[in-house]
Amino acid sequence: MATNEILIKELADQYGRERTSLLSILHGVADKNNFLTEEDLTVIAKELHLSGAQVFGTATFYSFLNVVPRGKYVIRVCKTISCDMKNKDEIVREIENMLKIKAGETTEDKKFTLLFTNCMGWCDKGPSMLINEIPFSDLTREKVHGIIKQYSDIED
Amino acid sequence: MKKIINLTIDDQKIAVDEGTTILEAARKSGIKIPTLCYHEDLCIAGNCRICVVEQENMRSLPAACATPVSEGMVINTNSTKVRNARKFLVELLLSEHNADCTACVKNRHCELQTLAEQNHIREHTFIDLKDDKNYTIDKLSPAIIIDYSKCIRCQRCVRTCEEIQAISALSAAYKGKDMKITTFFEKPINTVVCSTCGQCVAHCPTGALTEHFYIDEVWDAINDPDKHVVVQTAPSVRVALGEEFGLKPGTIVTGKMVAALRRLGFDEVEDTDFTADLTVIEEGNELLRRLKAKLADKDESVKLPMVTTCSPAWVKYCEHAFSDLLGHLSTCKSPMSMFGALSKTYYAEKFKLDPAKIVSVAIMPCIAKKFESNRPEMRASGYKDTDYVLTTRELAIMIKQAGIDFNTLKDSSFDSLMGVASGAGLIFGNSGGVMEAALRCAYMIVVGKDIPFEDLSITPLHGSEGEIVEMSVKFTGTKPEWSFLEGVTVNVAHANMLSNAYKIMEEIKNGTSKYHFVEIMSCPGGCIGGAGQPLPTNKAKRTARKEAIYSGEKLIEIRKSQDNPEIVNIYDDYLGKPLEEKAHKLLHVPGFTPRKRY
Amino acid sequence: MNDGKKINRIDSIFKDYVDNKFDYLRMIMKMSNEEIIKDLMDSGLKGRGGAGFPTGNKWKLAAEQPSGEKFVVCNADEGEPGTFKDKEILLKVPHKVLTGMTACSKVTGAKRGYIYLRWEYKFMKDDLQKSVDEFNEVLKEMKIDFKIYIFLGAGAYVCGEESALFDSMEGMRGEPRNKPPFPTVSGFMGKPTVINNVETFATSTMILSFGGENYAKLGTDVSHGSKLFSISGDTSIPGIYELELGMTLHEFVEKFGDGDTKAVSVGGVSGALVPRKKFKDTIIGWEGVPTGGAMILFNSTRSIYRILHNYLDFFEEESCGQCTPCRIGCQQLKKGIEAVKKGEEDPSYLDTLANLSKVMNVSAKCGLGQSVMNPVLSAVNNFREELIY
Repeated sequence: MATNEILIKELADQYGRERTSLLSILHGVADKNNFLTEEDLTVIAKELHLSGAQVFGTATFYSFLNVVPRGKYVIRVCKTISCDMKNKDEIVREIENMLKIKAGETTEDKKFTLLFTNCMGWCDKGPSMLINEIPFSDLTREKVHGIIKQYSDIED
Repeated sequence: MKKIINLTIDDQKIAVDEGTTILEAARKSGIKIPTLCYHEDLCIAGNCRICVVEQENMRSLPAACATPVSEGMVINTNSTKVRNARKFLVELLLSEHNADCTACVKNRHCELQTLAEQNHIREHTFIDLKDDKNYTIDKLSPAIIIDYSKCIRCQRCVRTCEEIQAISALSAAYKGKDMKITTFFEKPINTVVCSTCGQCVAHCPTGALTEHFYIDEVWDAINDPDKHVVVQTAPSVRVALGEEFGLKPGTIVTGKMVAALRRLGFDEVEDTDFTADLTVIEEGNELLRRLKAKLADKDESVKLPMVTTCSPAWVKYCEHAFSDLLGHLSTCKSPMSMFGALSKTYYAEKFKLDPAKIVSVAIMPCIAKKFESNRPEMRASGYKDTDYVLTTRELAIMIKQAGIDFNTLKDSSFDSLMGVASGAGLIFGNSGGVMEAALRCAYMIVVGKDIPFEDLSITPLHGSEGEIVEMSVKFTGTKPEWSFLEGVTVNVAHANMLSNAYKIMEEIKNGTSKYHFVEIMSCPGGCIGGAGQPLPTNKAKRTARKEAIYSGEKLIEIRKSQDNPEIVNIYDDYLGKPLEEKAHKLLHVPGFTPRKRY
Repeated sequence: MNDGKKINRIDSIFKDYVDNKFDYLRMIMKMSNEEIIKDLMDSGLKGRGGAGFPTGNKWKLAAEQPSGEKFVVCNADEGEPGTFKDKEILLKVPHKVLTGMTACSKVTGAKRGYIYLRWEYKFMKDDLQKSVDEFNEVLKEMKIDFKIYIFLGAGAYVCGEESALFDSMEGMRGEPRNKPPFPTVSGFMGKPTVINNVETFATSTMILSFGGENYAKLGTDVSHGSKLFSISGDTSIPGIYELELGMTLHEFVEKFGDGDTKAVSVGGVSGALVPRKKFKDTIIGWEGVPTGGAMILFNSTRSIYRILHNYLDFFEEESCGQCTPCRIGCQQLKKGIEAVKKGEEDPSYLDTLANLSKVMNVSAKCGLGQSVMNPVLSAVNNFREELIY
């Protein structure tokens, strides 16, 4: 049985097997792994009587549904104007240096992925970022250093 | 009664029904608004924006295809604002598109190219975006090639696959600049749930989706003195090929087609209609055998309804979507594959040829036949039964390559042995034709009389495109050996388009199907609407071809497959009895291949 | 034209004027449907998301649809760069939004309401769910046949476009639909739907509590009332401010600028990028530059090229990609300004790009592609040198 098959069936039971449930089910699976595998999408398609391509086409439309492997903590730094003006580049450099990865990459231990994101509504408190769904704003080099350190120290 | 709406388009006063779009209203008045993502077979997308028009007192330009008319509307389809917008839109599409027109199969048949011409595009206004796109070409399928560099993202293929075939092997994926049309996880098309019907190809406005061409391979075979090249032509090719040479849709060009094939250098020109007759005999007998087993012998392992298997895209779709219902499929090969198997056995023996040196070519209205010919099941002769399948379009290309003036050719006739056919074989080209032919045959076997329809033309089966057509046949006065059918009503149905097949199969799955015999064709209208037929495809053309098939049949004296003398011969000389040993080995598949649904 | 109002701070949205937060609901539910519609019409309230359709009219249109299944949807897909007010409303006064939705359900006969919450605000979903649960419980007690649900988006700016939002809720790609039909006729699941922005629902609650005519006294003849402004960029006092409509940009910059403001994006990246020389003549409102409330200030240290590039980068990623002008146009605009900057294209190519943006404005399928023109034209017309050199 596929890894997430039971979870997906439970989600389908909970939300229903109509297409309107698709996003909720995709969220349910992504919440667990931070990304969706081919296997996941196959099972979801089957449960909702959709084609694989339809599920793939829908999932890839949305920025927060990923069909490529991501780390346990996905860091998304806002790159839109207000945060850009507040020197988001410095924040990104700090994270890149700490994690030894470039934006778009995942650390070898699969703990962190560093990505950019578009405006997430913290324009008055930029620069800002999300780690998974938790927002961090008013970032400085020192502050982001401390945050990343804290996450690094979390034992698996 | 529908409300009438009055509007003005390009200074013409027009009155149309409420709910009509600006595009439809304009067309009714002879005003041509250019389109691209629009296709009459499909729902409205409104995404290419080529059909924008100017509406009085409106800032933005509505898309004519997607905007319903309203009372008092004043439309200008040819203002400066409209022309400028349209020109920019075409130029934008070209900046994302690999416009290598002279090396494109759609050269002079490409809708984007036509728009470029009509809009007087004479320069590259915008920056070439192709280099950023990592475009690839997927050539792995024997049936369909996808050249992503030519895709303009109009989603006609996506809508075709969803609305006509209910498969959705293709979808739009990603968004923004990365938006593209692709398969599940961007896999090669031959590895996903694609029926290979090729309707996406038939509805693609550019060269992004094409059939896999085998023209060069066929030329090589023809030019190889060691090879004996036999060609067969499907029923619906002869009513469509003429379109490629400027003839009216529905023109019957059988004689010229045969003449052209001879000129091309094929060694023997035979007729798939012949093996269509053979299919009728085998399938009719298979049906009667199943009816007997189920109704008389109460054998519950026998599956009814029996479903036809002439349409290879349908068979593949069924293997994907209903892999637990494959027992319902007739084991008969398609006429093409029966011909292929016989060309390297019966035919080889009769003419004392080495089957290894025979190259069997099929001219088909179909793209899925290319997949079928490559199936491992189609090697009953010990060789690849059908070596190459060419579409009607590919044949036209070869004729043009050879410099043949098609329209002045003198008519020629098929060679004998496998070149004579009954009208029943010809009507295979239309949706419902197999059913009609099989009923004529089976009725005669069971009752010993012709089925009681004038001219043997079972008109209730001549349904229109996209419908599930049902009919009931009651057997009375049965011969003694068929007495179990006395008074029995046999329910039959036929449908085209896999979206309809899905409905029928769901009923079978749920145990609610009332049918005994079902014919399925994958393409709109059946093979006459096959994806290998001349483009563009539309209902008017398909209807003309359909009429041509039915009127063509009227000219054929033999109307039942069992009356075809070559059919009588082949059973007497070679095959023995229907469904029995040799016939079973050569004309039936050993089984089907269950495939992944997802 | 220099007759704008002075800066006038209002405090209707974030302040509660009742002892119990459910009092608004109790008050409003005593009103007749006609009174509700009339108040909203009288108030002159226009949708606060940015598109500005009169709210009372929208509710009325949906109410006039034949009875049957209808929906109320709250658009909390606040994605316009520079705006963050809806987040604050949902964090601080969610009951005002829920009350507004319920008032709408009363008028239209909808039995279900949805809040489409953008994924970026997932952090608040649990808290919001608690407020919704509590509210639903009160509705039940009051025997009001209406229930509110939260639907979590998945990250797509275009889903702020109402029909794309419905597609997204229906489990599809968020691709805007052809219009007509409009949502009041055919919205979520093809049923009549009222979709309003978070602020619009909250404002409706306040209008219905204090009377439409009172609300209409604020603002101008065209732009009634007050609205929330999300202020960011080069300002020492960024944040959310509720201001009376009708002030000039000059007044605004005097108050919020850092003394060196050279341009303001009024309405976020899809609004006009107004240069200093036009501050005095620009009224913030429907008579001047309309806005969903995003105000991004730029001082003279900022490069307009970098700003526009950032905007276009945003658009080419966030376009849904279905329609030609938006999908390809955004890419061309970005590539185009890069090429001019690098000297690969002649400066006159900027005029081609300006024309392209005008074509996008009239031919794109939805507001996203149509509004890309705003910053492009502003930049090309007012900051040409910065784009070239």
